Amino acid sequence: MKVTFPHMGTAYIPFRALIEGLGHEVIVAPACTQRTLSLGTRYAPESACLPLKINIGNYLEAAELGAEAIVMAGGIGPCRFGFYAYVQQEILRDIGCDMEMIILEPPASGWRPLLARLKYLTQGVSAAQITRTLRLTWAKLVACDRLEQLSLTVRAYEIRKGSTTKALQQAYREVDRADSVDMVRRALEEGIANLQSVPQDRQRSVLAIGVVGEIYTILEPFVNFRLEEQLGEMGVVVRRKIWLSDWIFHHLVLSAFRKQREAQLVSLARPYLQHFVGGHGLESVAHTVQLARGGVDGIVHILPFTCMPEIVAQSILPSVGEDYQLPILTVVVDEHTGIAGIRTRLEAFVDLLASSRAKAGSRSEKGRLLTPAASRSS
Amino acid sequence: MTNMRASYGKHDVYLGIDVGSVSTNLVVMSGAGEVYHKEYLRTQGRPIPAVQAGLARVYQKLPDIQIKGVGTTGSGRRLAAAIAGADIVKNEITAHAAAATHFHPDVQTVIEIGGQDSKIIILREGVVTDFAMNTVCAAGTGSFLDQQAARLGIPIAEFGEIALQAKNPVRIAGRCTVFAESDMIHKQQMGHSVPDILAGLCAAMVRNYLNNVGKGKEIRPTVLFQGGVAANRGMCKALEDELGYPIIVPRAFDVMGAVGAALLARRHIEESGQETNFRGFAVSQARYSAGSFECSHCANRCEIVNISMNGKLVARWGSRCGRWEQDEIAYHSPIDHLQELCYH
Repeated sequence: MKVTFPHMGTAYIPFRALIEGLGHEVIVAPACTQRTLSLGTRYAPESACLPLKINIGNYLEAAELGAEAIVMAGGIGPCRFGFYAYVQQEILRDIGCDMEMIILEPPASGWRPLLARLKYLTQGVSAAQITRTLRLTWAKLVACDRLEQLSLTVRAYEIRKGSTTKALQQAYREVDRADSVDMVRRALEEGIANLQSVPQDRQRSVLAIGVVGEIYTILEPFVNFRLEEQLGEMGVVVRRKIWLSDWIFHHLVLSAFRKQREAQLVSLARPYLQHFVGGHGLESVAHTVQLARGGVDGIVHILPFTCMPEIVAQSILPSVGEDYQLPILTVVVDEHTGIAGIRTRLEAFVDLLASSRAKAGSRSEKGRLLTPAASRSS
Repeated sequence: MTNMRASYGKHDVYLGIDVGSVSTNLVVMSGAGEVYHKEYLRTQGRPIPAVQAGLARVYQKLPDIQIKGVGTTGSGRRLAAAIAGADIVKNEITAHAAAATHFHPDVQTVIEIGGQDSKIIILREGVVTDFAMNTVCAAGTGSFLDQQAARLGIPIAEFGEIALQAKNPVRIAGRCTVFAESDMIHKQQMGHSVPDILAGLCAAMVRNYLNNVGKGKEIRPTVLFQGGVAANRGMCKALEDELGYPIIVPRAFDVMGAVGAALLARRHIEESGQETNFRGFAVSQARYSAGSFECSHCANRCEIVNISMNGKLVARWGSRCGRWEQDEIAYHSPIDHLQELCYH
């Protein structure tokens, strides 16, 4: 069976390992482009949020390459994402695209449906092979996240624009190519070394911006206009709490840790928000508090247009910002948002943070006055 | 087209260029920070000729000026920088804020409504602390007023005066321009007077602005109202009615972005002591052409834009990896801030 799945940042690297390890042929959809979006918007309901549209585009582009089945996550709770797999199934059926949809979702009532679907994916695969595959998948997932995390700091100091991104892409390719946990480890070590040896100007004063918001729009650079890359190239270190490995660890692997962690997030958010609001709404509030305490200059909150959980967070974040004296920029992404508009807002936000830090003087973590790349010319 | 000052000579001045979707504005400022001269042109979808024409007009009126520095802003800021040779390229928010604090150091709120976009800037003690720009929808911008004035056969310049004559402004749904238009037509067919409808439209636009762009922002006086729409006295009145206190429309309200760019250029030149990158007024006669191609080197498929002057490449941008922005350009380009300029 030729299997595909929707894109979300570098998730295709571990997912490819997972599904190949289970004995299926994997068709990775081409990286998201304008064409993906055009295909998606042609068939998706106009008022659905952006992830649904991009997903549909991914499926159709994968179908062109011969994909026959889709593995898609589902969900429970107030976020519409929970329905997307089912809605997408209907849409594909309506347009006569004959692809099988295998929906993996956390159990709402009993584990049976999930187990049945996993069993379907793993039929005829030995327990040893499943274990090996899971270990490899996990190793790749963690490797991708660690590389990306490192790049978020290095990029702010790079001397030649784009060199960090280039080293990062190379490292991803090596991780993707690895077919044993050992090879992943070597690829990771090499990737880290390469990133660290990107020529950098460590004397440069940089700003730190925390990125919070909805997970898909944070992780998929196509939909957020490579926001973190853009910030990095303006001389901004990006910090964030949302990572795919983290999410999977806490949602799927160890529910014991999940309870503990949820309690932590709930208590961070409590002064502002006392309810679970679906998606990452509560996390956005809690992460803002966490990042503020950790010392960032500002927060960028990113969400897809019409995202209910994040709209709740959006209306709460100004009071968090007020309490921590933290400027917050909300970026709403949709199929129409142009990169120029995002660029203008980011530049203006970086100017704002630079001038407020210059004014505060010693509030800077590193204790020196600041000229980030974007405002160096001013 | 206004001469703000009758006397000028061989002065050291700074040039600010704001290339927006609807208009292209040029401002000449003295080293002391006064507006000498301003030009307001329609961009008409062709920013390069607009900038060239603006430069030609400035030169025609002020042949003796000595340009010490050039700043560009607006959505076409990179393009304008490549054409004129800019010392600084700044986003609109920073430029508008710089201009506002220059004339009114105590400003706490800047309301800017232009042709296609509108923004709010919150300042405290002269520093920008928050801002927002309209997203998704153009309701509440100048283009809609233009369109409605045209539909009613009223010159846009008279719109505001007519709105001020309203006796009983009608209530118009302002959420969306499509709904606003059908509401207006309904009111007009019900027999309401044109001034009442126009005043109602202004009030609806102001509500829309405050609810969308100004959402969650703490608007405190002193409030400056700038951008092309500030010329509309009906809009000023509607804003004052809604806020409950007077607002200030600065004298250079329609070119504040360009003023800010000129001020930032002055600061940059004074602080760095550098010579300007200005290419000279002759560029208004140069042959500029813009072309683009899709780079097929990797999967990113970046759209690379080339700007050439008299057949010679002067600027190029659009690549993610920086591959097309290297030495060849740095050599020809007088722009020091290649990083700022080239990346988008």
